[in-house]
Amino acid sequence: MHIVDGALSNPVVIGGAVAAAGGIALGLKTLDLDRIPTAGVLSASFFVASLIHVPIGPSSVHLILNGLAGLLLGWAAFPALFVGLLLQAVFFGFGGLTVLGVNTLNIALPAVLAWLLFGRLIGRGTPVQGAVWGGLGGAFAIAGTTAMVAAALALSGEGFLPAAKLVFFAHIPVMAIEAVLTGFAVLLARKVKPELFVRGIAA
Amino acid sequence: MAHALRPSEKTLAEAGAAPEYGTVGQLDPRLRIVMAGVFGIVTVALTTLPAMAAALAMAVGLMALSKLPPGPTLRRMAMMDGFILFMLVMLPFTVPGDAIFSLWGLTASWQGLRQATEIALTANAVILALMVLVGTLEPVTLGHALHRLHCPERLVHLLMFTIRYIEVLRHEYLRLRAAMKVRGFRPGTNWHTYRSFGYLVGMMLVRAIERSERILSAMRCRGFSGRFPLLGDFALTARDRRVAVVFCGLCTALLGVDLAWP
Repeated sequence: MHIVDGALSNPVVIGGAVAAAGGIALGLKTLDLDRIPTAGVLSASFFVASLIHVPIGPSSVHLILNGLAGLLLGWAAFPALFVGLLLQAVFFGFGGLTVLGVNTLNIALPAVLAWLLFGRLIGRGTPVQGAVWGGLGGAFAIAGTTAMVAAALALSGEGFLPAAKLVFFAHIPVMAIEAVLTGFAVLLARKVKPELFVRGIAA
Repeated sequence: MAHALRPSEKTLAEAGAAPEYGTVGQLDPRLRIVMAGVFGIVTVALTTLPAMAAALAMAVGLMALSKLPPGPTLRRMAMMDGFILFMLVMLPFTVPGDAIFSLWGLTASWQGLRQATEIALTANAVILALMVLVGTLEPVTLGHALHRLHCPERLVHLLMFTIRYIEVLRHEYLRLRAAMKVRGFRPGTNWHTYRSFGYLVGMMLVRAIERSERILSAMRCRGFSGRFPLLGDFALTARDRRVAVVFCGLCTALLGVDLAWP
């Protein structure tokens, strides 16, 4: 899902960077001193979760779990996911430098939207109901990310259009897997630490 | 991304563990970050193939100066290419233009091939320069340098926490995976696998949040006020300034080649 340097047109890169900076600023505003350790440890957790490879048929996919990040962090998902992307680019050579803004926006905006749509529902009802909403949030976030990656490519050149469409359809199984995993993760969290989503650290 | 990391490898270097990185390693960390940024913007702005090739050559030159092992470094760079290969291979067929050859009724165009080459050159040049200039910093130094470059303090805090706990949490993850393995868990394409991985992620998050509560109490206990007690200061040396001038000259030369080329 990482876009690399040089693939996008300048307006897309600059627009993405400005929007991402806005999102990060909003996210940082919600982070007071008491919540920084939580956000930092969760940011590290999602970095580690992206190392998990889940088998699918003969191949495997690595997790993104941006939906779960959004559900737990709210707007703070912007800076938290940005930090992850920055570290990936600098120390692993994944993604790019000038496209950091676009990549952050593509991953964090659907996460925040998932939180706005499903965040309240997860803490309500039985744990299973919460898990179903969580799963929907997880699928929604990945679908949003894939659509935004496709849109960023399509806006940059006609030639990318077929690749962008293919990327979207190739990710439908990934959406299903992320939905199931997010659902079960929420289910476990609701059972083990019920106050997590009820109180909400994203508040 | 797991294939980027063998189990024995550390995710991020620990403080004080960084080896010497030649000329690059002696530069001011702030300067290295700014250089990587300038190089990225200049390279993305280039429009002609010779200038892009020169930019890639410059990144390789930086790698030579940094004394990074060329093999593993280039392999990491190539791993990203594996990621984008698919898109690059498709481009010649999807960009309209003068035909090179036809394959199963699809026509590859010179314009598309050119665009794919441009993206490959730019992406590799920028990411290699970034890994050489900034990736050789100790992660903690990166945080301090960003702070000195006036990044928002809370963002730097968040970065430092992430850096500090990635390795801790990866160990926790490996421990949980080992526990699953000794109970006979073999991942496959089935519901049981997805449920188990979901619980694994959920467990990691619950533990992470409980850990963060303990961290907060420990910090409060020590009277943390939100300020950074920074260890040491950065200072630009005369040598840093010389390197900066040469580097800016080379970047201007890249832009010059780009403009001069027909």
